[in-house]
Amino acid sequence: MTRSSPASSGPWTPRIVAFFCNWCTYTAADLAGVSRMKHASNARIIRLMCSGRVDPQFVIDALTKGADGVLIGGCHPNDCHYAEGNYKCLRRFQMLKRMVADLGIEPDRLRLEWISAAEGEKVKRVVNEMTETLTALGPLGIPEKFHEWDREMEHFAQRVAAQEAASGASGCAEHAPQPRTPEPAHA
Amino acid sequence: MPKPKVAFYWCASCGGCEETVVDLAEDILGVVEKVDIVLWPVAMDFKYKDLEAMPDKSIVATLLNGAIRSTEQEEMAHLLRRKSRYVIAYGACAHLGGIAGLANQFPREQILKFNYEDAPSVVNEQKTRPQLSFAHNGHNPTLPALHHVVRALDQVVDVDYYVPGCPPTPKITSAAVTALLENRLPPKGSVIAPDIALCDECPRKASKPTNVSFTHFKRPHQMLMDPEKCFLAQGVVCMGPSTRSGCEAACTCGGMPCTGCFGPTSRVRDQGLKIMSSLCANVAPKEEADINKVLEGIPDPVGTFYRYGLAKSLVRRKVTLPVK
Ligand code: SF4
Ligand code: SF4
Ligand code: FES
Repeated sequence: MTRSSPASSGPWTPRIVAFFCNWCTYTAADLAGVSRMKHASNARIIRLMCSGRVDPQFVIDALTKGADGVLIGGCHPNDCHYAEGNYKCLRRFQMLKRMVADLGIEPDRLRLEWISAAEGEKVKRVVNEMTETLTALGPLGIPEKFHEWDREMEHFAQRVAAQEAASGASGCAEHAPQPRTPEPAHA
Repeated sequence: MPKPKVAFYWCASCGGCEETVVDLAEDILGVVEKVDIVLWPVAMDFKYKDLEAMPDKSIVATLLNGAIRSTEQEEMAHLLRRKSRYVIAYGACAHLGGIAGLANQFPREQILKFNYEDAPSVVNEQKTRPQLSFAHNGHNPTLPALHHVVRALDQVVDVDYYVPGCPPTPKITSAAVTALLENRLPPKGSVIAPDIALCDECPRKASKPTNVSFTHFKRPHQMLMDPEKCFLAQGVVCMGPSTRSGCEAACTCGGMPCTGCFGPTSRVRDQGLKIMSSLCANVAPKEEADINKVLEGIPDPVGTFYRYGLAKSLVRRKVTLPVK
């Protein structure tokens, strides 16, 4: 797989998960030498046989696991190795953009491009552009959001631990009584 | 031998699941005879402190319906988990978040403001909101707080089994209760309904097109629907292909498309995205503008594809919403 290790230190830069069709975009990326791209370290490329194989679940899974954007690359219209895969992809993509917008995710975090095997330059351009777009949008940070959402259940767990410690049900020292910080009223 | 102890509890629910238990009709009497009901707030009077006093794991099974939306529901879920050998998520809200989970599209403040101030039927000039605690005659009564996030039961406590449906049908309810009483339980984590899509038991299956190609989508109130033809063949969104069977196709037999209340089969991670994928891939046009025109026939994709499953979807909730 053509990929470089993520920038592990330094300022935040976007993470792009790229689903590339084996017959065109992936070949283009390979020939163009993605590793020599300016923003190579931002894109993690996943090779699929066809853009028609890109299940919307893959795209959203990538976002909920920490990607800031998803790029899909397929063959040009009428060039799909499996005839209609790229059209199926395009149609799903149109609805997916609407759905993510409704769920508070900027549709510009998703991009679909037709890139033939000969268009190595286009791979570079698209990844660079997308890196810029995502840099401007900032981190999506869904895993952090999940964590933050679930913190609203923490004070309850602390209270139970405190009660148990008080009643001697749990001798665990880590479960020392914690003051319950009541949430402000529903105001 | 003492009768096995069973508890029924409700959280963020509409009461429909309780109805189903009652709908077991004569069967419920058989069940009541065989078990000792230790908690059932909708029908019998028990105190939470009686429950607290019971030894841990002394209840064989708790059937809990409703999503988890408040601190009290969360607390009861934990308490019942501790007291029960099996916790069963009963109905779509406990299983998937259900209709209640659709609130994960809106900020809590908007929901409270509408319900306590803006709803046309509300008279509340002082804009009084429920307070979490207040002083009254030297006492300090407290009220539960509303969480910002609606959760399915297994997002709060460990769940052993799921009985799907909005509400579950009497048939699958008896099947689950019988399996429990006869100790013929499937592997932990199972949804107690067949693991195959609804189309399998739908009488309209014969007319389901193998190569469907949508030139439009219509909603049920926008057309006269054929009473026998597969809804997809009529351009009506039907969640059947991505929904678990077991309801005996209650809706499609009754003239309405499936809206997905039984949740996904075990091979599907996100029910809404799965049906969206299969429907949208089969839109007829190939040009963006024409594709979008067909897709406009589904004006509310989140409400349509995640009618019951938003809380358990991959994204769970509109990601821009606050938790403070
Ligand atoms: S009407 Fe719905 S459930 Fe029945 S066969 Fe067609 S798609 Fe499947
Ligand atoms: S047809 Fe669909 S919505 Fe209706 S009861 Fe069955 S699973 Fe639920
Ligand atoms: S083979 Fe490349 S998009 Fe289908």
